Amino acid sequence: MKSIIDRIRQGRLWGFPGGIHPPARKSLSNQSSIEELPLPERLYISVKQHIGVAGRVCVEEGQSVLKGQALTRSANPFAVPVHAPTSGIIAGVINHPSAHPSALPEKAIELIPDGKGQWAELSPLPNYTAVAKSKLIETICAAGVAGMGGAGFPTHIKASPKKDIEFLIINGVECEPYITADDRLMREYAWHIRQGIDVLCHLLSPEYVVIAIEDNKPEAIEAMKVACNDVEQYVVSAIPTQYPAGGEKQLIQTLTGKEVPKNGLPSDVGIVMHNVGTCYAVADAVFNGKPLIQRVVTVTGESLQQPKNVWAAIGTPVSHLLSECGYDSAKQSQPNIIMGGPMMGFALADDSIPVVKITNCILAPSAEEIPANPVEQACIRCGACADACPVSLLPQQLYWYSKANDFEKANEYNLFDCIECGACAYVCPSDIPLVHYYRTTKADIRAEEEEKHLADKARQRFEARNERLIRDQHERDEKHRKAAEARKQSMQSDGGSAKDKIAAALARAKAKKQASADESANQSANVTTAPPAENSTTETASISPTAPAADDKKQKVAAAIARAKAKKLANAAAADKPSTDAGEDNAASPKPVATDAVTENADVTPDNNIAESTDTTSDDKKQRVAQAVARAKAKRAERQQADNNNADTDNEDAGETQKVETQELDKDAIKKQRVAAAIAKAKARKLAQQNQDNENNS
Amino acid sequence: MTFKLSSSPHQHAQRSTSDLMRLVIFCTLPGLLVQTWLFGWGTLIHLVLAIVVAVVTEAAILELRKRNFEVAIKDSSAILTAVLLALSIPPLAPWWISVIGAFFAIAIVKQLYGGLGFNLFNPAMAAYVVLLISFPVQMTSWLPPESLTQYQANFADALSVIFTGFSNDGYSLQQLQLGIDGHTMATPLDQVKTNLTLGLTYNETLESPVFAGGLGVGWLWVNLAFLAGGIILLLQKAISWHIPVGMLGAIAIMALVFNGIDGDQYASPLFHLFSGGIMLGAFFIATDPVSAATTNQGRIVFGACVGFWIFIIRVFGGYPDAIAFAVIIMNMAVPLIDYYCRPRTYGHARSGK
Repeated sequence: MKSIIDRIRQGRLWGFPGGIHPPARKSLSNQSSIEELPLPERLYISVKQHIGVAGRVCVEEGQSVLKGQALTRSANPFAVPVHAPTSGIIAGVINHPSAHPSALPEKAIELIPDGKGQWAELSPLPNYTAVAKSKLIETICAAGVAGMGGAGFPTHIKASPKKDIEFLIINGVECEPYITADDRLMREYAWHIRQGIDVLCHLLSPEYVVIAIEDNKPEAIEAMKVACNDVEQYVVSAIPTQYPAGGEKQLIQTLTGKEVPKNGLPSDVGIVMHNVGTCYAVADAVFNGKPLIQRVVTVTGESLQQPKNVWAAIGTPVSHLLSECGYDSAKQSQPNIIMGGPMMGFALADDSIPVVKITNCILAPSAEEIPANPVEQACIRCGACADACPVSLLPQQLYWYSKANDFEKANEYNLFDCIECGACAYVCPSDIPLVHYYRTTKADIRAEEEEKHLADKARQRFEARNERLIRDQHERDEKHRKAAEARKQSMQSDGGSAKDKIAAALARAKAKKQASADESANQSANVTTAPPAENSTTETASISPTAPAADDKKQKVAAAIARAKAKKLANAAAADKPSTDAGEDNAASPKPVATDAVTENADVTPDNNIAESTDTTSDDKKQRVAQAVARAKAKRAERQQADNNNADTDNEDAGETQKVETQELDKDAIKKQRVAAAIAKAKARKLAQQNQDNENNS
Repeated sequence: MTFKLSSSPHQHAQRSTSDLMRLVIFCTLPGLLVQTWLFGWGTLIHLVLAIVVAVVTEAAILELRKRNFEVAIKDSSAILTAVLLALSIPPLAPWWISVIGAFFAIAIVKQLYGGLGFNLFNPAMAAYVVLLISFPVQMTSWLPPESLTQYQANFADALSVIFTGFSNDGYSLQQLQLGIDGHTMATPLDQVKTNLTLGLTYNETLESPVFAGGLGVGWLWVNLAFLAGGIILLLQKAISWHIPVGMLGAIAIMALVFNGIDGDQYASPLFHLFSGGIMLGAFFIATDPVSAATTNQGRIVFGACVGFWIFIIRVFGGYPDAIAFAVIIMNMAVPLIDYYCRPRTYGHARSGK
């Protein structure tokens, strides 16, 4: 860094690639000092003057304002207020053609000057080193200072960097032809600018301050040298005259050999750059408390009788400036007014467009000076554009890709690094408006990206919605599944009690049957009834704690079974009547069967009750086996009964039914249940038939 | 009142494409004059023929393409093509050589590809290659410098030979080619090539009357004249130095290396640089912006490769000179060269694109 400043001091600069030397034509306007102009009849102060956001208008129609009074206000850090350039009355907040190539109407405050020029109360900060930096920055912001060299970036943001600053570069290069506003300002207000530099230096604390001025402005260089000679840290550097040496990136490269990284800021390489006009405005704001309400504008061109630099109030319509400088439209074949310089300025569509904070020049060239648009010819691939490009692009390739709308390729060839200086189009022998192609393509790419962004968002929204729907569906399914499970679970736990109920019902039915049998049967019958009675009590006991709603079907089945059994029993009882021997048999025969059943079931459970409670875990196969066994037994019992020719099967049957019911408990055995039920019913019927036959026989 | 709307920049450099073309044409004048002075009027006659055919062809095809041919003719690019072609054609070649050449250059090589700025190949050189391959005898019948010939041909003779094949005194082209000693005089490059195949050494060859001081008689002056014109172009910034320097540098280095290895077999760098159409090729032909590489780095590569091919074909190929072939070969490689030779954009990492 020391070596850099040494080189700058010795004038051994780095330079930048490309560049052009258009005729400067600065002597048209730089011969006389900056003039004060009479105010126009109306001022149109654009609410949005620069990069960033517009503030909120805080005055209303008919309100009288004082000179320097803030007209807008905003809490946004990227907004700086605009002020009344003079005292007067607000005629309204209107839409007025904007100082933009499109000339689209934008919000502007129309002010009718009252001619008094009465200042609002000003609050200067002469002792700026004594106050907090934040207060100083606030003052600069409140004065509406924005970069006066080019894009109008709010100065207070550039004056409060986040990084360490090695070089504060003060840009007095003014490389564009015709423009002499900064030249005159430096010549006439060098000390004022120096004071502004002091303030910025205080805020930024750079190691060195370099004031760069093109060597075609010797008077300005001399003036700045005189103004800055007492500070060792300040270096005034004369740089070679070459367009676009005053571009921020080019000036940094020329002075330091450093390059601002792509998508980076100068502060990334320890540099901050301010224009001399900005320094003047900062000094005005801090030492005089005056907001930025006027600026130096070069009004020049050969169709003016008195081209000169003027102090133009912000909001002055261009027509006023032109008429004050003796505009002679006869010298132009068609009205042609350019705001800015001939390289980067834009043609005005309307001469009522007002001066804004970044307006440095109004150019009214004669027809000979800037002839009508030349006819575009075929590109001969001469490469003069590439030789002129200060950022080492390949303008020719960019032109082909722009023309072909090949955005991807244009991007690949770094279209967005183009600074639109116009050097390529200036040198093009085929008069191809290269920059225009680039601007169009850039706009198209931006539009496409915006569209893509929106489409992406829409897609994301759509996908998110789809996901949400699927998720919801899953959740619903899961809920249903859980509910179903829970139902199943409860059904199973309920199932036990349901079966209990069934058993209880059966028991009750049996008890009834037994009772009726007892009625008709002898003493011996008491022996028979004893075990079922026991059974029933235990079963009833097991029902009582949980007596929930059992499955209807099962209940019905059970009821049907119960009915069938009841009928059968009734028949049996009727059949029993004749012989008490049968009662003996009855009592004797069921026992082994029951024991059998118990032993069969013992594989699974030793007892019906226990079987009921554990049936969920019991093995299907075993149950089936058990069922088969039960059926086999039933058959055998049938045969026995047939042999016995007696109703002794009743008890056994009841036992079997009970066993069948045990199977019913199985969660998977609904079908089997039904089959069993059907079998039971069939058996019951058969038995009833047999009994009937027996009865008839007997 | 309507304001004139235009996009920035509003100022333009004064030099237009037609200015550029005319400047190049003017810069060929020294070479043209020296060539005419040394080799007779034939070149001028072919020049007029070629220009007329080229301009008429261009106008006719533009008319067919429904373009405004007046504007296109004014850019003088067709005239430049014709000039370059005429300078390459042997002065007393039959008239139809330049007619066919000019027509082919404009109609096929230039306009069929879309006209100015869209042709892949250098029109003059593509036409030259077609002529050389189609009419090898006519295209290689160079006269020796007038100082060496037995019969002198004035303007009327040249005109007569070109249109009838015989001079006013009844001499044929072959007779006109005879030297003072009655032998047919070949160009220095031909002489070197023939003698080397005959087993003579390079230094023995230099004893032939077409050489003086180790260089071809007359050709040195022609090349010096084109070099002078080329330097004017450089000073006027009509061309960049990259292609001529690349091309001449490559030839010089290769000649130096081969001559150093075997001085009997390989000619000196100076002989190579001042024989045939090297200077015309280096400053006026290879620099044709449309068909050459566009980046500076690419131009050096392009020029060096053209030089490389010229040397290779001259020394090892079947043709005595090879500017046209070399340029056409490298024209095909231009898209590739341009793709790989891109400058680093400001603020981009050095390794990246």
